[in-house]
Amino acid sequence: MLFSENFKIAIRALRANKMRAALTMLGIMIGVATVVALLSVGNGATANITSSIQSNGANLLTVSPGKQQAGPPGSGGSQQASYLYYSDYQLLQRSLVSNVAAIVPTYQSSYLVKYGNESFSVNVTGVTKEYQETNSYKMANGRFISDGDNTSQSRVAVLGSQTAKDLFGSLNPIGKTISVNGVKFEVAGVLESKGSSGFGSSDDAVFIPLETGYNKLFGSTATHNDKKIVNRISVSVTTTEAMDTVSAQIEFLIRRSHKLAASDELDFNVLSQSDLLSTLTSVTQTLTVFLGAIAGISLLVGGIGIMNIMLVSVTERTKEIGLRKAVGATKNQILTQFLIETVTLSLLGGILGILLGVGIALAFSVSGLISSVITADSILLAFTFALAIGVFFGLYPASRAANLHPMVALRYE
Amino acid sequence: MIQTEDLMKVYQMGDSDVRALDGASFTIEKGEMVAIMGPSGSGKSTLMSIIGCLDVPTSGKYILDGLSVENMDEAKLAETRGRKIGFVFQQFNLLARTSALENVMLPLTYAGVSGKERTDRAMKALERVGLSKRTHHAPNELSGGQQQRVAIARALVNEPAILLADEPTGALDSKTSVEIMELFQKLHSENGQTVILVTHDSYVARHTNRIIKLSDGRIVSDEINPNPIKAGAPRVEA
Repeated sequence: MLFSENFKIAIRALRANKMRAALTMLGIMIGVATVVALLSVGNGATANITSSIQSNGANLLTVSPGKQQAGPPGSGGSQQASYLYYSDYQLLQRSLVSNVAAIVPTYQSSYLVKYGNESFSVNVTGVTKEYQETNSYKMANGRFISDGDNTSQSRVAVLGSQTAKDLFGSLNPIGKTISVNGVKFEVAGVLESKGSSGFGSSDDAVFIPLETGYNKLFGSTATHNDKKIVNRISVSVTTTEAMDTVSAQIEFLIRRSHKLAASDELDFNVLSQSDLLSTLTSVTQTLTVFLGAIAGISLLVGGIGIMNIMLVSVTERTKEIGLRKAVGATKNQILTQFLIETVTLSLLGGILGILLGVGIALAFSVSGLISSVITADSILLAFTFALAIGVFFGLYPASRAANLHPMVALRYE
Repeated sequence: MIQTEDLMKVYQMGDSDVRALDGASFTIEKGEMVAIMGPSGSGKSTLMSIIGCLDVPTSGKYILDGLSVENMDEAKLAETRGRKIGFVFQQFNLLARTSALENVMLPLTYAGVSGKERTDRAMKALERVGLSKRTHHAPNELSGGQQQRVAIARALVNEPAILLADEPTGALDSKTSVEIMELFQKLHSENGQTVILVTHDSYVARHTNRIIKLSDGRIVSDEINPNPIKAGAPRVEA
């Protein structure tokens, strides 16, 4: 018996109960739409993070204090605090001569920033001139921190685009004086927007010369044992091939300056952008899987709905099954007939669900609320899942139908 | 054509065994028109399902058209009933929302016949029962008698060895019943079709040439009916 015959029978049976078929399909449709939409949101977050990290320059090594560990920084409560010093930066600056384009030390802390009646807490970062290039910032207005600003410890500040907007609205901030934790700074420049990176905006920031910070703003929190500390040292490497060499050199130099024995663990991290990328993508991928699993539950519920309806249908059509058997249908033919019916239901629901899910994902993107990326993978996954649900939840009702005794089925009232 | 020997069918009902058939042996030749009679519970339904290859006996022998049925597996049994048996039921058992033609094509579909041959054979079967003008009507657009004719056409379409009718006039009024019995007699006399009627109605049974009576799973009488009622003649109660 041809597949097309069975398909016709299935369509006829579904059309006989249009409302019921539509409601059953709705269950699968919502499940599939949720899977597609949530996977798109998850993929969107991954793409966002990837692009924002890559916008920082691919050949960047980041040295930060703390032991090498799998968890997020600060999660090991019992660990001894470890520090990176300004002298480490000076050591690197002196010793790393080849393959290095720039080395940037930064110290970051959150302060209350004021202009007129506006005041709020912002991350204030002490930087050197090279910071602009290694972090791929463009000026919207004015200039960035210069070497001269650092040597003369001038009280100048460069604002992120969002901070400038929050403080000054439509006013031109250049030349205006803002107060950071009570210390007056003159605004020298405003940065172009880099966009949200998914975890804190890089447009919400104030940059000042690092030396000015040590002497006039950060105070004793920025020193340890009378040595100036930094949060991070960024090393911009000239070529991707030199990354490993430079990374090893940094480890060697700082290990020696921190007087660590060969058997001691490092008390600092050297991370490349690709390390950071893989860590963060694994986080967002976990998130995506998690979202997908939640959506999968609704698909499962839809599948149970299909099974329920098919069981009712088998009972209702007991006489029909008896007759089909009487005129020569085998068990397998009855099984196939009912299986095709469920698979048709779940596939139709699946296709409609994919359309709906893509629509929802696009609506997210267009509205700008959440970025979403629709991938062929997620559509294929949703489709396969719908098909599998159809087969899995169709099998039991279909085998019930196939195993009916023809004589009993014919006599069923 | 049909040869049975000591057919037994035992059902398990809780702790006790029920013998629905308790040793039935008979032979029906090709071209015979036979009635199987008995009150409800006599085992005639069980006998019908075994003759119709819907079920296999617990023990005993059944040879249908040269095929030994008692040891067939499910798939072989389905194939055999599709090709050798034409069923007619009391409630017609037509597929709803499905045209007469498509209903008649159903056994051919399961037998692997398709395309033009299938349509042609179904049309021919509908012609034989006098319904060539109603081929595209759904069951709910047909009268009871017409529906039973469609069911008979469906039973004939595979040119079965046996036409097996289970109370075929049970759901019809007396006028239509006569028409249906006329059709069975015509198929028997003109085409030499083997017909087995399963009924509890002795008036219906007396339209045939031979009456087998069942009681408690046993054959209690098996007699030739020398003067079968000619359908259409005035009804005379016995």
